[in-house]
Formats: sequence, structure tokens, C-alpha cells
Amino acid sequence: MIQVAVFAVVAFAAVMAGVFLVLTRNAVHSALFLVGVQLCLAVLFLLQGAFLVSVLQIIVYAGAIMVLFVFVVMLLGVDKKEALIEPLRWQRPLAAGLGLLLAAEAIYLALSQHIHVGSGGLKAGPHEGNVQSVARVLFTHWALPFEATSVLLVVAVVGVMVVARRPRPPSSGRTDERMA
Amino acid sequence: MRVPGAAYLIVSAILFTTGAVGVLIRRNVLVMFMCIELMLNAVNLSFVTFGRMMHALDGQVAVFFVLVVAAAEVVVGLAIIVAIFRRRASADADQINLLKW
Repeated sequence: MIQVAVFAVVAFAAVMAGVFLVLTRNAVHSALFLVGVQLCLAVLFLLQGAFLVSVLQIIVYAGAIMVLFVFVVMLLGVDKKEALIEPLRWQRPLAAGLGLLLAAEAIYLALSQHIHVGSGGLKAGPHEGNVQSVARVLFTHWALPFEATSVLLVVAVVGVMVVARRPRPPSSGRTDERMA
Repeated sequence: MRVPGAAYLIVSAILFTTGAVGVLIRRNVLVMFMCIELMLNAVNLSFVTFGRMMHALDGQVAVFFVLVVAAAEVVVGLAIIVAIFRRRASADADQINLLKW
């Protein structure tokens, strides 16, 4: 019973924070609401017994990634006002309509009985906790994709170095348009 | 009494839709990016829920990979946003129209 109560409160908070993330004008407030969503999702993971994922959610998402977001928001200036004039007049109603359609479809799928609920895939061992069992599956069956993520991270780091590098100062006698 | 999996899936669907609509209606590049993160988070919730419904651990492993991809994506995306801001002094998606015909 207490599970249902916790789920109701946290799910409501997550949805509200998500809606306010989209609606608020200030980018910093959006970032704070996103942190709220992620904390609520961490609780929902806990409710489902995914302890490792829940902790990772807080450390990686609400910790590292959101700090990066807030840092860039501050770097780019928080006082920039978003233009209220929409160049395409029909875009917002269309977006709202398509959003409602998407939500209706997804909720219909969630409620339909076509989802085969049963047992399959890799299971936890008899006396393993969540961390041990996830680690065993990750490092045995999913070992190759796990190694591939390291390649992905290296590529991302190199790409960021290239993108974020300051443009070279223009050589004498040639004006570089990119410096403008 | 356990909460049925469909309830989690509905929360996930609502969050994903919110993120998708946010990407469509907001003009601030940073907020659009946060909405993409919101969609990734909603999908994570679906993964964990399906994993629990199937009594399998693969869902939680998939969340792990989504986390890695999201981290790489955020780093690269924010670097691109900073690079654009350095040239255009704007974080407005409508101002980024150099590639427009």
C-alpha cells in the first residue's frame, strides 16, 4: 500500500516537473525542474528494485550532466529573453496536437495487452543482490558493447576538443571571417 | 500491493511526450536540449519497467548504455552550442539559419 502511495506522489511530481520544465521561461529554472524529474525517476527505479540504476541516475544525471548544463547556461548568459514572436503561426497548435496524439498512442500501447509479460532474458542468480547481478550480466553477456562504449567516450572527448578549440588567430594579411 | 507496470509505462509516455512537445515549441537551444534529456530519461523508465515485467536484467543494462550515450551526447551537444554562441552570440534556434536555403 505504501508503495502505491509513494508511486502516486513521485509520479505526479515527475510529470509536473516535466511540464514546468517546458513552460518556464528561465533556462536555470528549466535545469532545476530537470533535476527534479531525475530525482523522481530515481525513486521510481528504487520502487522497481533497480538499485544500481537508481544510484547511477542520481550520480551521473542529476550530478554530473546537470552541473554541465547549469555551467553552460551561466556561460551563455541567463538574462537572454526568448523571443515570444513565433515566425510560424501554426507551429505551437500543431506541436500540441501532435503531442496529444503521441501521448494517446503511447498510453494506448501501455494499456494494451499486446505486451507479452512473461519471463525471458538474463536473470539474477539465486543469492545475488542487484549490483552483483547487473554487473555479472554487464561483464559477461554485454561485455563487447560495454567495451565499445569506451570507444564512444574517447571519440566524444576528441570531438569536443576539436569543436571547443578557439579558432586560430588570423595570420597576417588574411582576414578570417570566422573570427567575426 | 505492487504498482502495475502499466502505471510506470504511462508516466514514461507522459514524460516522453512532454519532452517531444518541448523540443517542438521552445526556441532556446539549451531548453530544447534539456527536453531531449527528458525524453532519454522517460525511455530509461520504460527500460527498467519492461525489465521488471519480464523478470530480466537486460533492461537495467540498457539503461546503463543509455546513460553512457547521454553523457557523450550532452558533452558534444553543449560544445556545439558554445561554439555557435561564440559566433552568433545567440542561443535562439531561429537565429541558427546559415544552412537554410
